[in-house]
Amino acid sequence: MGSPGKIGVPVMNLVRLKGVPILQQLHLEERLLRTSSHNWCIINDATNQPTIVMGVSGKPAELLEIESVLCDQIPVVRRFTGGGTVLVDPGTIFVTFICNKDAVAGVQPHPQPIMYWSGALYNKVFQGVGDFHLRENDYVFGDRKFGGNAPSITKNRWIHHTSFLWDYEVRNMAYLKLPARVPEYRLARGHLEFICRMKDYLSRSVFIDRTIEAAKTHFSVRSTDLEAIETTANTKFCPSTKLLTMQELETVAKFASQSKVSLSQSFSL
Amino acid sequence: MWASSTANALRISCASKAHLSPAFSLSRCFSSVLDGLKYASSHEWVKHEGPVATIGITDHAQDHLGEVVFVELPEPGGSVSQGGSFGAVESVKATSDVNSPISGEIVEVNSKLAESPGLINKSPYEDGWMIKLKPSNPSELESLMGSKEYTKFCEEEDAAH
Repeated sequence: MGSPGKIGVPVMNLVRLKGVPILQQLHLEERLLRTSSHNWCIINDATNQPTIVMGVSGKPAELLEIESVLCDQIPVVRRFTGGGTVLVDPGTIFVTFICNKDAVAGVQPHPQPIMYWSGALYNKVFQGVGDFHLRENDYVFGDRKFGGNAPSITKNRWIHHTSFLWDYEVRNMAYLKLPARVPEYRLARGHLEFICRMKDYLSRSVFIDRTIEAAKTHFSVRSTDLEAIETTANTKFCPSTKLLTMQELETVAKFASQSKVSLSQSFSL
Repeated sequence: MWASSTANALRISCASKAHLSPAFSLSRCFSSVLDGLKYASSHEWVKHEGPVATIGITDHAQDHLGEVVFVELPEPGGSVSQGGSFGAVESVKATSDVNSPISGEIVEVNSKLAESPGLINKSPYEDGWMIKLKPSNPSELESLMGSKEYTKFCEEEDAAH
């Protein structure tokens, strides 16, 4: 994993996963960001079950329809990176880049340059396919979002992970409230008017192949597998990404319910 | 990016505690560097006054991050090593670790940042301070950059990309 690539071209270790639970993927990413000194590209083609993933400062009471989430026992994860809330499922494709700060020539380890670099990379992936743009922090076809991003920067490295809506279940959108903070281009659109499916433009395999080809324009890409990483893992590392417990979610629901009762009592006085 | 490069080329260095206008106003287009502080290459500043050192992120850093929406800070009583991460800042664009320029025991954290994370954008060197330390090795300050050196560092960093 550490041997040099072609002269002047940094090595990128490619890990291809399929149907790995999102919590496991995030734990892997957090560990590689914090404890590895190599560059990584992780592609997870689908996750095994519908899961809600909030950003690092996400508050379930503000972001989720908590009663429905509890009733249907949807797992809720708080990830180590910032940004918005997504519901991921077998229709989601994940692509993550983890890089040393000097790995990509001309890209400062700051949010904007990293986003622009990723936008240029995916521009190659979607060339001739739909009306692809980087719009604020999202990937869109036209004005409809199909990819959300969350960059995170440490002292010497950065991670840029993306969840792509290759497909989604309409009913799953009901678990998410409209967030308070939305990109400007969203305007007042609800979930279903704001997002679109990548499957209407590209097959999964073509998208993944094209992404790997685009990565090869910046890196010397070498495939590795999860077992190889796990055997050399730093077992002392404790990730901050966590699965919220039923008890935590029930406490949120109880408090939300009590607040509603107090509010209705205030109005009836 | 262009504005940032121009700002760095026309570097402003302030000796006094000048009030800084909000990060997003049209009138604000330069990153400032204050004299009297020390700076780390990861864009944190430290002000050493007697037994206590105050730490925050620089104007250059908050400018790159964008609007700060959440700040993760440690509890007082813990310790941190030079270069080690003590917290994180989440902006609308990204999250970023915040690293301590010096080692020491954390004696106070800025509790106002919980309700008003935007203080980091509006006042990165004053109201947006993050932690206060009791330095365990004050000689570490000598390894940090002064204002002129940090100004040049930012210019070179921006020019290299």
